[in-house]
Amino acid sequence: MSVLLIAEHNNKQLKPFTLNASTAASQIDNDVHAIIIGHNCDEAAKALSELPLIKKVIQVEATHYENFVAENFAPVIVKLAENYSHIISSANTFGKNLMPRIAAALDTSQISDIIKVIAPDTFLRPIYAGNAFATVKSKDAKKCVTIRPTSFDPCESSGGSAPIVKADPGEEFAKTKFIKREEVKSDRPELGTARVVVSGGRGMQSGDNFKLITSLADKLNAAIGASRAAVDAGYISNDHQVGQTGKVVVPDLYIAVGISGAIQHLAGMKESKVIVAINKDGEAPIFSVADYGLEADLFEAVPQFLEELNKLNTIQK
Amino acid sequence: MKILVAVKRVIDYNVQIRVKEDNTGVVTDNVKMSTNPPDDNAIEEAVKIKDAGKATEVVAVSIGEEKAQETVRKALAVGADRGILVKTDGIIEPLAVSKLLQKIVEKEKPDLVFMGKQAIDDDCNQTGQMLSALLNWPQATFASKIEIKDGKLEVTREIDEGLETIEINVPAIVTCDLRLNEPRYASLPNIMKAKKKPIEQLNASDLGVDITPRIEQVKVEEPPKRKAGIKVSSVAELVQKLKNEAKVI
Repeated sequence: MSVLLIAEHNNKQLKPFTLNASTAASQIDNDVHAIIIGHNCDEAAKALSELPLIKKVIQVEATHYENFVAENFAPVIVKLAENYSHIISSANTFGKNLMPRIAAALDTSQISDIIKVIAPDTFLRPIYAGNAFATVKSKDAKKCVTIRPTSFDPCESSGGSAPIVKADPGEEFAKTKFIKREEVKSDRPELGTARVVVSGGRGMQSGDNFKLITSLADKLNAAIGASRAAVDAGYISNDHQVGQTGKVVVPDLYIAVGISGAIQHLAGMKESKVIVAINKDGEAPIFSVADYGLEADLFEAVPQFLEELNKLNTIQK
Repeated sequence: MKILVAVKRVIDYNVQIRVKEDNTGVVTDNVKMSTNPPDDNAIEEAVKIKDAGKATEVVAVSIGEEKAQETVRKALAVGADRGILVKTDGIIEPLAVSKLLQKIVEKEKPDLVFMGKQAIDDDCNQTGQMLSALLNWPQATFASKIEIKDGKLEVTREIDEGLETIEINVPAIVTCDLRLNEPRYASLPNIMKAKKKPIEQLNASDLGVDITPRIEQVKVEEPPKRKAGIKVSSVAELVQKLKNEAKVI
C-alpha cells in the first residue's frame, strides 16, 4: 500500500522540510502520495506536484484550513487513511501538533521523530535527549510516523509532474479559533537548514550583547541559535532555541558561544559536522563535543574572531 | 472549574543516561527519579489558576508503577488538592496513557486537562494531542501563556516560526512548555500537609482499556560517539583550523 505524506506549507510555498519528509517517505515505499490542506494553496500544491518522489497530490481547500489548526486537519487525513499503510510528517511543531491527533483516531501507536528507516515497520529514534538510540518495530496495521527532518536529505524539488486531485473538505471544528501568528521575519538562512549556525547562551549576559552573535552570523551568512537559558532570560525569541525541546540542527559548522552545554542543548546540535565552542570555563561540558574548543572570554574572542575573518580573502557562503 | 493535571515520573533531567549492557533499555536502578519537567509547569499553572480564584479543584493523576505515587505526592505538596495513581507495569505507550486518561476524565469530568508537552524520557510528544482526539476536545499544545477569558482560554503557543495565539472553548487540553511559568518549590509545611491529602489508587486493568504495547522495542544502544576534539590556544589558530583543516569557512 502507498504512503501518505502530509505537506507543510504556508499556502504559497512548501516549507523546506517537506522535501526531507518526502525522502523519508520514499524510503518506506516508492508510491508516495502527498496531501496538502490549506486555503488558496494552489501554488504550494503545484510545487508539491513537481517533487519527483511524489506520485500523486491530494489537495483539500477550505477557508478554515488557512491557519493549519490540527483539529480541522486531522479528520481530513483520517478519512483518507484507509488507502495508506503509513502516514508521514515532519517532527517539527506542525507535525508534532497534528500527527498524534490522527494516530489516536486511527488507534495507532505513533512512532515519533525517527532518524532512520530500517524497514517499513522498523525505525531508529533517539530517546532521552539523544543519549540513547532505540530500534522500534511497529505492530500496528497502519503506521503513523514523524521524521526528524535534519536526519534525511531533502529530495529534488523539480522535474516531477504528479497529478493533483481535489478532495472534499471536512467540517470546521468550531471550538478552536486561530487568533494570530507572530513570526520573526529575517533575511538570514533558516535555523533548521542553515549551513552555519552561531549560537549564544547564558554567557552572553544580556540581549544587547547578542549583537556580537549577530555580527558573527552576518559575516558567516549563518543562522542564529540560542540555548534555552538565553531564551528564558529574554535575550532572544523562542524560535531560536536549539535543544531537546527546541530545534534540532545539523549544520556543517556550529559555533557555540557562552553555552555551557547542558545535555538538553547537546541533544539539538551534537550531530553538527564541525562544532566550535568558545567558553571561559574550561570544564564546560560543551568542550566534550567540540572539535575545536577555545577557552576564552567571549567578549574578547568574538571581536577577534570577526577581525580574523575580515583578514580572509574569501568566506564560504 | 476543575483542572486535572497529568504528571509522569521520569529519570531526573540531570542524570547522565546509561544504556544497559544487554541493550534492553537504559539503567533505572538506583537512579534519581523526578517529575517530568514540563509537568511541573502544568501543576504550577493549575495551582496559579486556583490561587487566582478561577478554579475550585486541582487533581493530579499519574500512570505508572507504584513508585509514581511519589510524583503525585509532589504535585500535592505544591498545591494540588488530591491525587490519583493508575498502576501499571512495564512500558506504557502514549496511546495507552491517553486511553487511561480518557477513563479518568469521564469519571472526574474536569473542565481542563493540563500536562507537559513532552516527556523527557521517550521524547514522544503525543499524549495530550491523543487525549484531545479521543475526547474530541480542543487542544492547545506547547503553551507558553494561558489567559482565561469568559469561560474560554486564550493560549499562546510556541511554534517553530515564533508564537501563535489561539482561543479554545472549555473543556480542553493544554500541553505546557517550560516557559509557561516558574514552578514553585514545595515548602516543608506543605510537604507535611501533602502527606494527609488523599491519593486514590486504581489498577489500569480495572479501567477496561487494552494497554498492550503496539511497538516492540527491538534494542536500545548508545549513540555513536563524537571523536575527541582539540583545544586551540588562540582565535587566529581557530580560524586557521576552520579554514584549512575543517574547510568550513
